[in-house]
Amino acid sequence: MSVPITPALKDELDIVIPTIRNLDFLEMWRPFFQQYHLIIVQDGDPTKTINVPEGFDYELYNRNDINRILGPKASCISFKDSACRCFGYMVSKKKYIYTIDDDCFVAKDPTGKDINALEQHIKNLLCPSTPNFFNTLYDPYREGADFVRGYPFSMREGIKTAVSHGLWLNIPDYDAPTQMVKPRERNSRYVDAVMTIPKGTLFPMCGMNLAFDRELIGPAMYFGLMGDGQPIGRYDDMWAGWCVKVICDHLGLGVKTGLPYIWHSKASNPFVNLRKEYKGIFWQEEIIPFFQAVVLPKDCTTVQKCYLYLSEQVKEKLGPIDPYFTKLADAMVTWIDAWDQINSTGTGAKLPNGAANGKA
Amino acid sequence: MSVQIEDSEVDIVIAALHPNLTPFLEAWRPFFSRFHIIVVKDPELDSDLQIAPGFDLKIYTKSDIEAVAKSSSINFSGHSCRYFGYLVSRKKYVISIDQDSLPAKDPSGLVTDAVAQHITNLATPATPFFFNTLYDPFRSGADFVRGYPFSMRCGVPCVLSCGLWLNVADYDALTQSVKPNERNTRYVDAVMTVPVGAMMPASGINIAFDRLALGPALLPGVHFTGEGKRRWETLEDIWSGLCAKVVSDHLGFGVKTGLPYVHREGDGTKPHGSLNKESEKVKLLDDALPFFQSVKISRNATSAVDCVAELSGMVREKLGAVSPVFASAANAMDEWVNLWKSVGAQAE
Repeated sequence: MSVPITPALKDELDIVIPTIRNLDFLEMWRPFFQQYHLIIVQDGDPTKTINVPEGFDYELYNRNDINRILGPKASCISFKDSACRCFGYMVSKKKYIYTIDDDCFVAKDPTGKDINALEQHIKNLLCPSTPNFFNTLYDPYREGADFVRGYPFSMREGIKTAVSHGLWLNIPDYDAPTQMVKPRERNSRYVDAVMTIPKGTLFPMCGMNLAFDRELIGPAMYFGLMGDGQPIGRYDDMWAGWCVKVICDHLGLGVKTGLPYIWHSKASNPFVNLRKEYKGIFWQEEIIPFFQAVVLPKDCTTVQKCYLYLSEQVKEKLGPIDPYFTKLADAMVTWIDAWDQINSTGTGAKLPNGAANGKA
Repeated sequence: MSVQIEDSEVDIVIAALHPNLTPFLEAWRPFFSRFHIIVVKDPELDSDLQIAPGFDLKIYTKSDIEAVAKSSSINFSGHSCRYFGYLVSRKKYVISIDQDSLPAKDPSGLVTDAVAQHITNLATPATPFFFNTLYDPFRSGADFVRGYPFSMRCGVPCVLSCGLWLNVADYDALTQSVKPNERNTRYVDAVMTVPVGAMMPASGINIAFDRLALGPALLPGVHFTGEGKRRWETLEDIWSGLCAKVVSDHLGFGVKTGLPYVHREGDGTKPHGSLNKESEKVKLLDDALPFFQSVKISRNATSAVDCVAELSGMVREKLGAVSPVFASAANAMDEWVNLWKSVGAQAE
């Protein structure tokens, strides 16, 4: 039986990479990434030159660019935190985004073969999701699998997939306390499955190896206010994930998790992480019930409307916890303003980036 | 919050639909021999059972079923005979495996101990309130990921462990007709909790549960006229699983799915002759699911028995008029509750 070929989508997908150090990791990804356009968001010191390996087609934005393009609205983009990557989502002109951290490398599957993570994400996004009933054989559209006995036929068409959440071998994505208690733990278990996260269920969305349909869910992928000048860090992707899941559930879009794996090479400093996460560890105890309880009104029929409604609820319900949430709610509104502005003109933010703009 | 499960707390319940149980028991001997086994002979099976010696095993037959449940309208034939085993067991935990399923091998070629895996699943907490992207956080080499609320890391008791099948997967008749040669060769090395509120098809082929916590909710509610002995002809376990999940969610317990695998032989027959009956089953599931997804059990129901008693009324009220199958299911659920109480099944 022939295996269907996954389309490359090379003109429909951008790879967004936040970085403060260098992009040497791209060498390993070259066979899989070279035909795609990269959007590099340079965090930290804008005077530093980021070295991009030869032969990649990319656009690069540093803080000066972000400020210039967004003006006062740049306040919603985090500074000195990888959360700034969402600027890349905003300025992309493509339907799909794949975002990856610069300490993530190509992993091997149990047969020893290199994993083409991007291809798997594309498969995940192009295949329907099944959030309304859990299939015990996981992804029913995968070759060699199907819906199991007892799965309602009326649900077998599935719904559109908005997000594909990949996983990590080697250094797992643990919080600081867990890192400190288990400093030597490595994830060596390859779980050969993709599955849809059920409707109504929240999850911790990690931004290290993540793909999404920008047209379906892009405006909800705001990574919040983190890093410099903010009381919290390492909750950027988490925040986006909770907002995204609530909105996807409301709009009838699917979120998948599982394959592909990448190899996560660098464990960040747990003491630094603890300082960043500290408030988040307490705040998430209230944030999670908030997201679990929020009900989006029926007239929120677009992602933007849903997101703006969420921002109001954040201000009202989470604002009392800490003034940060009021600031965050305002930033959520600013983000949507900026998104709509950048994405409505058609000319967008593509700017001549001088020497930093590379061509294949 | 993990519990220690002793061998003496476990019954293995096997439904004997075919007379020769010896090959099955011999294959499972390394993993079954420590435990007490309940064999329930399909009341429609005439031949004597052939049972390999050397097991601590008790057989229940048609006469036992009639003695206990004579006045009940519950149909204990075919795959439903296993529920009689759940009724008469006096152990806290039950593991039940279909007669055509043997121990499976993992990708390294090692024969896996499905019994031990089910016991581990039941002994360690479930985490239904938030999805852990590294699956079972209590497994060695894994943990809760960043962003998982700390207040939810204790988990809740796992009361149902649904295993999977390599080789012949548990497909319905339509799917098997379309893909007669498909075999499940993918060993997914994960156990995970099915989130609260999410419904799933809980296949009875390879299952384990906490009988004291959830037992009454695993019930023989759906039995089709002329239903045969092949899995694709039944939905008794699917109905039972939907009830069990709703009850488990209400009582604050957890349900896991994934490992262990069994190697399922199936019986080689093709489902083509059964396809005319499939439309009834197709419609049934489509009608039932919205009910199970929205049903609310009252706060007064604090045990599985109470929950099932309430559920049967709601099935009768909301689904009874939709199909006689549902009306019968509601009656069967009431009778099951009465039986459960009258035989003292809640005792240990």
